[in-house]
Amino acid sequence: MSVTTLDASRLAMHAKRKRVNAVALTLSLVAMAFGLFWLAWILFETIRLGIGGLAISVFTEMTPPPNATTGGLANAIVGSGVMVFLATAIGTPIGVLAGVYLAEYGQRTWLGRVTQFINDILLSAPSIVIGLFIYAVVVARFRSFSAFAGVLALSLIVIPVVVRTTENMLVLIPNALREAAYALGTPKWKVIMSVTLKAARAGVITGVLLALARIAGETAPLLFTALSNQFFSLNLGEPMANLPVTIFKFAMSPYENWRELAWAGVFIITLGVLALNILARVFLRNKH
Amino acid sequence: VAATLPVTPYDATQPMQSTAQVAQHSEPPPRQRRVPWADAAFAIAAHGAAWITLLLLAGIIASLVVGAWPAIREYGLSFLWRSEWDPVNDQYGGLVMIYGTLATSFIALVIAVPVSFGIAVFLTELSPNWLRRPLGVAVELLAAVPSIVYGMWGLMVFGPILATYVQQPAQALFANVPVLSGLVSGAPVGIGILSAGIILAIMVIPFIASVMRDVFEVTPPMLKESAYGLGATTWEVVSRVVLPYTKTGVVGGIMLGLGRALGETMAVTFVIGNFNQLDNLSLFAAANSITSVIANEFAEATPGLHQASLMYLGLVLFFITFVVLAFSKLLLSRLKRGEGART
Repeated sequence: MSVTTLDASRLAMHAKRKRVNAVALTLSLVAMAFGLFWLAWILFETIRLGIGGLAISVFTEMTPPPNATTGGLANAIVGSGVMVFLATAIGTPIGVLAGVYLAEYGQRTWLGRVTQFINDILLSAPSIVIGLFIYAVVVARFRSFSAFAGVLALSLIVIPVVVRTTENMLVLIPNALREAAYALGTPKWKVIMSVTLKAARAGVITGVLLALARIAGETAPLLFTALSNQFFSLNLGEPMANLPVTIFKFAMSPYENWRELAWAGVFIITLGVLALNILARVFLRNKH
Repeated sequence: VAATLPVTPYDATQPMQSTAQVAQHSEPPPRQRRVPWADAAFAIAAHGAAWITLLLLAGIIASLVVGAWPAIREYGLSFLWRSEWDPVNDQYGGLVMIYGTLATSFIALVIAVPVSFGIAVFLTELSPNWLRRPLGVAVELLAAVPSIVYGMWGLMVFGPILATYVQQPAQALFANVPVLSGLVSGAPVGIGILSAGIILAIMVIPFIASVMRDVFEVTPPMLKESAYGLGATTWEVVSRVVLPYTKTGVVGGIMLGLGRALGETMAVTFVIGNFNQLDNLSLFAAANSITSVIANEFAEATPGLHQASLMYLGLVLFFITFVVLAFSKLLLSRLKRGEGART
């Protein structure tokens, strides 16, 4: 009698545990589907609405006035390209050097530890605060919005990303490689430049690509640094058109032609950013 | 041993003598000491780059404090609980925006934490091996989509759907319920705190999920296998072995997500409605967050108290995110150290 009740309670317990397990795992599956669902939906809408606005004129004509029948994003695309390129060119050397410092010089020093900590915080710090900083330091000083200020703001976002990946990749390089180079009498800077950095090249390039992807869509730090420009300009001393701010302005407007162009711009940015991300991953995997 | 000792120096000196002789006759090896300063210069450059990162932080804090100084002097800490924001009469207080930032981030976490946990469990325990990588990449791509895309999508696609299929039915359902009807009141256009919170949730899910996945993978396989060997179900292994082992890391991941949500600008600016008053607590009422008010007003703000107040808000935001992110980093590094001690 007692044995059968014991058995029964055991069976019930077992069944309950299995049930709980099934429910939990189903929920986990649902969560995964939930996450993918948004990605799919956002991509789908971006493609559907973006392709509708896409035409050759988007790449050849300047941003139009409201309710015009023609017009494109040429000045914004060029402006974004220029600023992203310059920001990467400024941010990458500083980021790589700081990453080298963290991995090769500062492993156990207070400066290394503090820098690493601060860098990780800057990596996730609100980008709009970077914009405020550059506004206070550059724009307020020179009394004008300028593409140069935008470039600086973006380069400050590049630095932490590049520092992080560079350090991570350099730490992975086996010490035996360094020791072998030192044993041949190689000076430290040469060991770093032609042995460790060279071995970690794929990782460093991945970091730069990720940083590019990150700043290509950054809007907040440009709102009050580079501002925007209705016309084509390559002058770094004055406001320059750029895709993200133009999209923001156009999307928030009530004009149909502006909204359509905003979708086209969103499509271009999404495509570019996702392509950069996938490229970075492929690059890293092929080298490892 | 004694017999080999004299041999070693003899053997070692032999080639040295010969190189010395060769060196006398031919050119000395040219590449060795040509740039004696290069080592020092490189070290200085690397140190300098590290210092730039530190100075950047100091510069951000200093410039925000200086920029915000007129507002700090005028209001002091009472700025944080003053709710007026009236550029016309030059009266400013941050309560509405601080509330908006905290409320949207809270909604985001309520949605994002369980979902991220589920995703991390799926990726570490359930997923077949061949699916793990593509799914992980898909989640990371979700993190890479620029926030302006989320904002645009939220404003034009998601907002209207939320209004039609959630807000209007909820308004009909709660029409006579005292508290709930207030919570869902407002024009059915799909902007406000709730849509901003949901979009923030979608944005931070990938961050939290990938940190959780990474820390779950830190759990020693031996522990998990022992639990499985005792007959534990997958869920029991996750909840009683993996989760206790990695809880600091999990909290760190959540804090990271919170830091992201607090500082997110564009996605919120698009959908929150940009309204500077707090006259009801409806989830669908237009509101404002710290980031969205800065994004909207800063470029046009007159230098003076208005600009200083916006800077003050930026300082508050930076302070909150700094504390949250520092906490997150501390927790995550503690997990890493613990792992080192155990293995």
